[in-house]
Formats: sequence, C-alpha cells, structure tokens
Amino acid sequence: MNKRPLDRFNKLIIFLLLSVFAVVSLLPLYWVFSTSLQLSSYQSQDMERPVSYVDSNPPKMYPMGIPLYFEHWGEARKAEKAGDATEEAYHRDMMNHIVSNTFGSFKTLFKKHDVGKWFFNSIYIAVVVTVGILLIDSMAGYVLAKKKFPGRNWIFWIIISTMMIPGQVTLIPLFIMIGNLGLMDTHWALILPDLSMVFGVFLMRQFMYSIPDELLEAAKIDGASEWRTFWTVVLPLAKPGLAALGIFTFMNVWNSFLWPIIVLNTAELYTLPVGLKTLQDANLASFKLLMSGAAVAAIPMIVVFILFQRYFVKGLTLGGVKE
Amino acid sequence: MPASLLGGVQMTQMPIGAVPKKEEEKLKVMKRPNKNIIKDMKKNYSAYLFLLPKLILFTLFIAIPVVWAFFISFQKYKIFGSEFVGLDNYIEVFQSDAFRIALKNTLLFTIVTVPFGVISALVLASLIFELGKISQTLFRSAFYLPTVTSMVIIAMVWRWMYNYDFGLFNYVLGWFGAGPINWLGQSSTALWALIIMQCLIPFGVGIILYLASMGAISQSLYEAARMDGAGKFKQWLYITIPQLKPTTLYLVLLSTIGSFQVFTQIIMMTGGGPGNATETLVHLIYKTGFRDFEFGLAGAQSVVLFVIILIFSVIQFRVLRHDE
Repeated sequence: MNKRPLDRFNKLIIFLLLSVFAVVSLLPLYWVFSTSLQLSSYQSQDMERPVSYVDSNPPKMYPMGIPLYFEHWGEARKAEKAGDATEEAYHRDMMNHIVSNTFGSFKTLFKKHDVGKWFFNSIYIAVVVTVGILLIDSMAGYVLAKKKFPGRNWIFWIIISTMMIPGQVTLIPLFIMIGNLGLMDTHWALILPDLSMVFGVFLMRQFMYSIPDELLEAAKIDGASEWRTFWTVVLPLAKPGLAALGIFTFMNVWNSFLWPIIVLNTAELYTLPVGLKTLQDANLASFKLLMSGAAVAAIPMIVVFILFQRYFVKGLTLGGVKE
Repeated sequence: MPASLLGGVQMTQMPIGAVPKKEEEKLKVMKRPNKNIIKDMKKNYSAYLFLLPKLILFTLFIAIPVVWAFFISFQKYKIFGSEFVGLDNYIEVFQSDAFRIALKNTLLFTIVTVPFGVISALVLASLIFELGKISQTLFRSAFYLPTVTSMVIIAMVWRWMYNYDFGLFNYVLGWFGAGPINWLGQSSTALWALIIMQCLIPFGVGIILYLASMGAISQSLYEAARMDGAGKFKQWLYITIPQLKPTTLYLVLLSTIGSFQVFTQIIMMTGGGPGNATETLVHLIYKTGFRDFEFGLAGAQSVVLFVIILIFSVIQFRVLRHDE
C-alpha cells in the first residue's frame, strides 16, 4: 500500500516523457500552421525596410502577428487617450495590415490559385468513393459471410490474394487501360480504380460474421426480399463496421497521391495533394503560401479524426490482428 | 489505383493467416456432387447479384491489370503496337546502375526505419499503457494524428524544416555550434535526412495495435510472474513482449511493405537527387514509366519490386514465427 506515492511519481515521469515525445511528433504539424500564419512583411516606424518573419534567422516559433497586433493595439489606446489622432490612425493601420498579412496567403491561395476547386474536387471524389465502397463492399461482404453458394470461397480468396500485390504493379496496365477507355485526365480515372479496392470486402466480411443468423431467417420468414433484408436488417447492424471502413476509405482517397499525379493534367481537375505538388514545383510560392496550402489540406483530416476517433481505433483493430 | 496500397495508410496487407483453417472446413462442406452445382447457383442467384458490382470492378481494374502487368514486362512498348522481347526488360533491370542504386537506397531506408518504427511503437505503447484512461486517449491521438495527415503535407513541411538558410534543423544545430548542413542538397546527407524524418514520424498504427493487444493479455500471467517476484521490467520482457509477438510480426510485415513503396517523400523533397542519392524503387518505376514512357521496362521493375516484397514477407514470416 505504501507503494502508492512511488507509483504516482512513476506515472508522472512517464507522462512527462510521453509529453516530450508527443511535442516532437506534433511539431511538424504545428510548424505548418505557424508558418502559414507567420507575418511576411512588417515595417514599424523605426525600421529602415520591411522584414519578413517567415525567412528569419533565428526562426520565429509562433506567428509574430499576435504580439505585434497587441503592441499596436496598446499604442493606439495610449494615443487615443492622449488625443493624438495621427498616431492613433497609424497604429490602427498597422493592426489592419497585420491581420490582412497574417491571413493573406489563404486569400491568395483561393483567389490566384485553384485551391478552392482542388478542395472541392478532393471532397467530392472522396465522398463518392466512400459512399460507393460502403454500398458495394457491404453487399459483397454480406453474401461472402452469410450465404452459401458455389464458388464463394474461390471468389473470396482470389479477391483477397490481390491485397498482397503492391499497387505499383498495376500502375502501367491501368494507365494504358484508362487511356483506351478515354478516361485520362478525368475524375473517373480516380474514382473507378478506387472503387475496386478490395480491403473493404475483407473488413465487411469479417464484420458480417457477427450478425446472428436468426435475425436473417426471421426476416426471411416475414417474407422480406433479399434486398430488403440487407437494407433494413443487415446494414443497420453493420453500422460500426461501416463507420470504420468509411473513415479509412475517405482518408485513403483524400491522401491518395501517386495515381492522381499520373492521370490528372488539368489544373482545374486536380485534387489537393496534386495541386500542392504543382504549387511547390512552380517555385514561385513562398513557404508561407505553401504551408497555407498544406494547412488547407490538413484541416479536414484532422477534423474527421477528432470527430470519429473511436472508429479509427475500431477500424485498425478490426482489420488487424484481432478478428 | 487502390490508394491504400500506395498511400501512407498501410491497412491493406492483412494477416490472413488466421482465417484459412476455418475456411478450409467450410470448403469441405461446399464440395458437393457436380450436378447439384447448377441447381445451387440458380437457387442462390441473388448472392451473385450482390457480388456483381464488386466483381466487375475487381475484374476490370485489378485482376486484368495484374495479369496484363506481367505481359507488359515481356514487351517493348511503342506508340505503334508493342513487340515481344522475352526477358530483355528483366536483363536491363538487373544490369542497370539506376536500379541497383534504387534497390540499395530502398533497402537502407527499410532496414533502418522499420526496426526503429516498430520498436519505438512498442516502447511508446508500453509507456502509454501504464497511464490512466484519459491520458491514454490523449497520447494515442497525439501519436496517431501525424498518420492521418497526408504524406504530401508532411513532406512539404519537412522540406521547409530542412531548409538551409531558415530551416528549424539548422537553427537547432546552431545551438550546439554545429552546422549549418545542406540536408537535402548534398548526396552524403540527403538519404539520411529522409531516414531521420521517417523515424521521427510516429508509427501511429503500431501504437494503436500494440495498445489493443496489450489490453488483451491475460492478467493472470502477470499475477503469476509477480508471485515469482518478477519486477515490472522483467514482466515486460518475459510476458508482454512474447505475448505481443503476432502483433509485432504483423507490424513488421506492414511497415516493410510500406517502406519498400516509399515514394511521396522522394518526389516532394528530392526528386531522387542529388544525382541519384535518394532514388528509390517506386520513384524509379514512376520515372521510367511516366517520364520516359518505357512501359515495358517499368513493368519489369514493378514485377521485380513485387517479388522482392514477397520474398521479404515470406522470410520475415518464417523467422518471426519459428522461434516461438
């Protein structure tokens, strides 16, 4: 019993140690946001020329606009009290400049570049594929788990065995095929191959096993058609599995990169990762602008992750070691 | 292209070893005399209808391309049709310096990052497991968050952090009076810069799976060890680690396969350079296929990549299974 204080102490040490590691591993993400909001041009009265805190040595660890904004705000208040209208106006101007410069790169991204379109394309492709996969794979997973029919095991094993083949193997034939189908440089070139991913079949089949046969038989006795049974009995029961599969599909499609850079050539059709690459390749963009683009691409996944965290864990453990 | 096979989330390669036994039994049940098959198929026509959409997509965009890939690797692809050249492409693959260097770089990358990633995931998960529920959730999220972020974004920010003049790394080196180092710009450091980067991205999948498996280890094992007077560290060494072996095997396979396919960092940060200091297999395939349009050669390269991954998987499976 008198072990307790020591136990607590150990836990505290572990907590602190893990915190250090967590900070290190989250630093790059922090740096994306910090740089994207960094003040890139600032000139106060006592400076000869404007400075950029983006390219500064030593680097500024947080957006400099924040302290400078409050500094000018304080000065403006002081000037207001002293009745110095020109001084006050100057500080108000500086405050406006700081705000518009801090968020300026986001405005540039959406105005000058097609980031708005890329964002929309990414969302729409990810949603279409996710919805499609959920429907198609749960249908397949359901019959593979719950129905007995000739060829069932053959079909399953043929599908599953291709999971071990690295995607690069099909890159070239797929490229030729998409070209022959006349789908090059269209969103179909992304959607169709993504819809044929097989991981979901495996996951849904595992999940469907847990649905009790009695429920299916009861539905059958009630005279429900196969489709109706699937739609009103099976799918509602499979919700946790669907959530996990949906999240992983969304994430995979959202982050997919190699195939999109091969088949997309028109800037308007780009997804966010492809757009970011061309932005970086153009070499005109400042790091502030690049990091702003990165932030735009990172935010949706971070939001999805925070909202659906438990399904991430579920999906990983379902697909992983434990059945 | 199955994004999951290419992208950062290495979810697709499943340990299917656990399923076959059960399946085999079912297979036996399924085997009936031939004449009944047609009847059976008719009776179950709705099952085929349910499978149809996936089967069509799978056949068109996976099965046919996989088979086709092997054919392409034996051909010289030209604008006006193609020509069968036998093993020429494969001979070229093995004779070319570019492939040898890419293979060497990929192997080095894998040999350093895979053990580091798996071991650090094990250590981090073990530490996290000691804490209370809320802290567990907190740290699990913190370490998993970089995994849900696109590698494109991570590569962009690391390129910025490795920047010669204004990057964070050279600034930190400055504290110790060292550097600045032209991390990505010189062939002596570029590959190591990418390796360091990979090591510092936490292996989120690994941490989550280890945590889940640790929760499933029977407490009675620990109690028995405690009665024998084993301390915390000994319990970890002699109970936790052996009990986690299936998870470890899975994670090693998973990250090896992922690591052999390293691509996004390369194209975003170095383009394989300087020279070919950071050329990797998949980046080479990409360049051969879609910059030089040597489809046959790129096809042969990707088949070789597949075989290498297969060999590695089998070896790891054997080694990690056998000393049980």
